[in-house]
Order: sequence, then structure tokens, then C-alpha cells
Amino acid sequence: MNQIIQLSATELAAKLRAGEITSVQAVQAHLDRIAEVDGGDRGVHAFLHVNTDEALAVAAEVDAIRAAGGADAQALHPFAGVPIAIKDLIVTKGQPTTAASKMLEGWMSPYDATVIEKIRAAKLPMLGKTNLDEFAMGSSTEHSAYGPTRNPWDLDRIPGGSGGGSAAAVAAFEAPLALGTDTGGSIRQPGAVTGTVGVKPTYGGVSRYGAIAMASSLDQIGPVTRTVLDSAYLHELIGGHDPADSTSLNEPVPALVEAAEQGASGDMTGVRVGVIKELQGEGYEAGVQERFNESLEALRAAGAEIIEVSCPNFKYALGAYYLIMPSEVSSNLAKFDGVRFGTRVLPTQGPLTIERVMGATRAAGFGDEVKRRIILGTYALSAGYYDAYYGSAQKVRTLIQRDFDAAFAQADVLISPTSPTVAFELGSKTDDPLAMYLNDVATIPANMAGIPGITVPGGLSQGLPVGIQFLAPAREDARLYRAGAALEKLLEDKWGGRLLDSAPELSAATTGGVA
Amino acid sequence: MSAISREDVAHLAQLAHIEMSDAELDKMTGELGVIVESIASVSEAASADVPATTHPIALSNVFREDIVGPTLTAEEALMNAPDSVDTRFKVPAILDGE
Repeated sequence: MNQIIQLSATELAAKLRAGEITSVQAVQAHLDRIAEVDGGDRGVHAFLHVNTDEALAVAAEVDAIRAAGGADAQALHPFAGVPIAIKDLIVTKGQPTTAASKMLEGWMSPYDATVIEKIRAAKLPMLGKTNLDEFAMGSSTEHSAYGPTRNPWDLDRIPGGSGGGSAAAVAAFEAPLALGTDTGGSIRQPGAVTGTVGVKPTYGGVSRYGAIAMASSLDQIGPVTRTVLDSAYLHELIGGHDPADSTSLNEPVPALVEAAEQGASGDMTGVRVGVIKELQGEGYEAGVQERFNESLEALRAAGAEIIEVSCPNFKYALGAYYLIMPSEVSSNLAKFDGVRFGTRVLPTQGPLTIERVMGATRAAGFGDEVKRRIILGTYALSAGYYDAYYGSAQKVRTLIQRDFDAAFAQADVLISPTSPTVAFELGSKTDDPLAMYLNDVATIPANMAGIPGITVPGGLSQGLPVGIQFLAPAREDARLYRAGAALEKLLEDKWGGRLLDSAPELSAATTGGVA
Repeated sequence: MSAISREDVAHLAQLAHIEMSDAELDKMTGELGVIVESIASVSEAASADVPATTHPIALSNVFREDIVGPTLTAEEALMNAPDSVDTRFKVPAILDGE
């Protein structure tokens, strides 16, 4: 494997600034890797679109500015020239945005998301758009209308979802950085099952403007990387107030890089870590529980005070989530009507009225999971059921927030396994929606309460990655980076390297790609 | 709470403007039944005195200055339209037979 693609984003950025590598070389190395492992019969299929020309052009521009030196070179963002992949739920000018749906096949956004404007301003070359479950609805990336992504650790297994493409791209060394979105775990659960790092920021900490809305009170854009420090840099780059997002927090971005650097000492002295009683035990695989217990031991040995906290209302979280999220989905996806943009399908017989065109368009444009959620949301919001379903779910949201408030009165950060299982086999849960929903049982409470969460690699079970999740109070994202970087350092010292170093080697031979 | 019937699903599909075949309705009714059953306990979780949370982080409304910001041109707005005339979206007939 080319050494350039094995560097962390922070390491690559340092080499670019030092002039040891050019950005064009870095981008080309990643494009070569994509050609090698992404597209074959058994390719990772992390990318729905590869943005070759623009990525190389931006890289060349950065190289020229650096070569010229002077004030322009001084003014470059520290990560200028480091390539990044973008989840295809985030709109981009000049590249198609599909949300992995037939509804938006070939759709070209007339505007950039705010996070994309920031990435352009910092001159990070965009490698392309990554695969996801259609409109970010799923936990395996199998609900993509353009075929599933494969887990780089085992090409017969799922990479998690909905952001399986971004997580797999980073895990397969096709990109050092990626953007994801997390509504119920879509950054953290793929991070867990691919052995990578993912962060869901505090709700409102990163602008959602230009992220195609799934459930607006839950959605959040965040970083997908291989190291905690890389996530901190990317989070600082994309974070901050945006007048175009009315739910954006009008507050400065916390000092996340500093927190990650502090954590990298591995010292956890005086940090109170709360183990959530309800997020372990039944339903969690034994191997996941073992790695989790080892992480607790490592943190304890590093000086952390490990306590148990109870969040009794979490047992209602999944149910409440599957009322609130589909309700918001049914409203947000009403705009896909075949009139102003996207697919239009005409009914094969009968009169061509708008109502019938909409019915035919939405029948053909949406996949099964999207339809299920729209119907479920329409049900939860309908007359006679509204109070019992949607109203009750909003009350449960209050109870979950109270549980977190009580837990954070005792602990600085909370900890749990990120996902109850390791990556499962492709196809094994596609016929059982409820089994699929259970994958997010540990990640959903954070979205319900708006608090931030991180997943860091916690080791292997049956040769597959296990993720460890930290949660912090709203606006205290820095605590995640401190604790996450500390655990990363403690475990890597134990393993003698990064978890991804032990991943099976991918090549054109294993994936059917271009050597 | 009552179980979800096939007629319910057909009605909901109509409200949501999604055409569904008989086979799809059958499948969807079964799946939704299982899902609705599994989430029904939510309605018993909270007592009447618990306030609802609609938004995870409390925010107050903010007004901006009444100044026109960047907007799409008509051409940009229409570039993905399935059908358009001049500077307008062309919409299929609202009523049958007119």
C-alpha cells in the first residue's frame, strides 16, 4: 500500500506544509486507491461519484500557492490540500447529489452546503460523494438504491449505516477524512463496525444547511476519520454559527484540538466516567462486552474514576425515536413530488393529474425503507393517534434529557459500547426492519437529547472491530476529544499500533479493481 | 392502541402520495404491525405532567435584518425541474378533465 494513504490527516497535513509531499501526489494516491479497491465486483463501493478533475485542480492550486510562498501561503488553512470524501446526503455544486435515492438520480445542486463552503474556503480537495442508506435511513448501507457498500474488514459484511460509505472510505484508506451525518447513529455505528473514529457534535454545533433533511430535530453533520485528533481538526473546520441554519448555536467552536492533544497523554486522572447500566448486558454480544470491559480497565488504570449510572427511561428511547424520526421524515420528504426537481414518473394509465403523477413518482423514486418510514410517520401524526404517539414520544424525549442530566451530575463523560454487535453479514437483516433498528439502540439517546457523542476503536471480536462510545453534555464536545484521545492512546499502546494496521490487506486481486 | 389494518395502510399511502400495489400493501401492513406493536409502550412511558420536548437545545427566535441575501436565479432554480416553461415550473393538471 502506498505510504501516503496510510498517513493520518494530521500527519499528511504536516508533510504538505513541510513540502515533503505535494497535494497533487496525495490526491492522486487516494484516487489510485479508489480505482484499486472501490469499483470491482467485490469492491468496497464506498463512492457513488469520484470527483477526479476538481480534486486534482484544487490540489494543484494549493501546491502553486505553497510553492509561491508569501502571504497567500501563510494564510492557507493548516489542512489545505488534504483530501476529503463527502457523504452524498450533503449538497455540492459541480457534483451530483443523490442521497442514494433514485428520486435524485443525476440531481445537481444549485448551491453548496455551508460545510462544503468551509471545505472549499480551506481548500481541501473533495474526492467524491460516498454511499449511504437511501436518504440516510438504515444501519447497513444496504438500503442504497445504488447497491451496498462492503466492510473493508470483511467484504461479505455491512459497513454500518447510514454513513457506511464514509466510514468504509476512511477504513479502506481511500480518504483520510470524510463527512457524515448522524440522526440516530449514522456516523457512530459505521465508525464502530469499521474500526474508525466518528463524532456526532452537539446539535446545532455544525450547520445543517445543505444536508438533505431526514429528521430535522435529530440530524447533525460530523467528522469521520481514523484518529481522534483528525476528527478534532475537521470538527473545528466545519463547526460554528451559520445564519442560514436557524437551529445553529450562536457560540464559538470549543477548543477541540487542544482537548484531543491533552487526551493523547493518556492521563485520565480525576475524570469521572459513568457506565450506563442500561446500555450493556442483554442484546450485547459477549465479545463486544469483553472489549468494553477492557476499555473500562484501561481508563481506570489511567486514573479515571469509573462509576455506574442509571438511565431508566432509555428503554423507551428506541420506540420514541421510531415515532419522532418518521414523523419528521414524512414531512421533510413531502417535497419530493416530481414538480420542481428530481425524478418525475407518469402513471401508465388514466388521467395525468398532479396527484397521480406524485403517487407514481414517489412509488418509483423511493425504496422500501423510505416508504415504510413515511407511512409510519404519516400514521403517528394522523388525527386520533397524534397525542398517543407523537405527543408521548416528545415527552419521552424530556425523560431522556432528565436521565442524562442526572447522569452528568455524577460523571464528566458517559461510556457504552457504540453498537451491540460487530458487523453482520450482508443481507442477514434486510427482511427484518425491527432487527435492523436495534443496531442503533446505544446511539439514539444522544440524538434525542441533542448531546455529542464519539466512537473510537475498542479492539476486535471475531476479527471484527468493536466501537466504544463516549457521550458528553451539550456544548461539552471537548470532553469527548479528551476522553476519546486518551482511550485511543491507551489501547494503541496495548496493541502496539493502530487497530486498522491489523485489517486484512485489500488489493485489486481481492476486490476485482484496477491494479 | 388498535392494530394497524390493511385499510389504514392504504389510506396512509394515499395521504402520503405513494402508489402501492396489493402485494406492497400486504407486506407493509405486516411490517408496520410489528413496528407499531414494538413502539406502543411509548404512550405509557410519560405521565400527563411531563412537558414535551420539540427541540433538543432550547433556542429563542432570532430576527435578521430585512435585507435581501443571495438567492437562486430563475435559471438555477429551474435547472433540475422535470418540466418548465419560460421562467416557471410546469405543473401537471390539478383537476381531471380540464
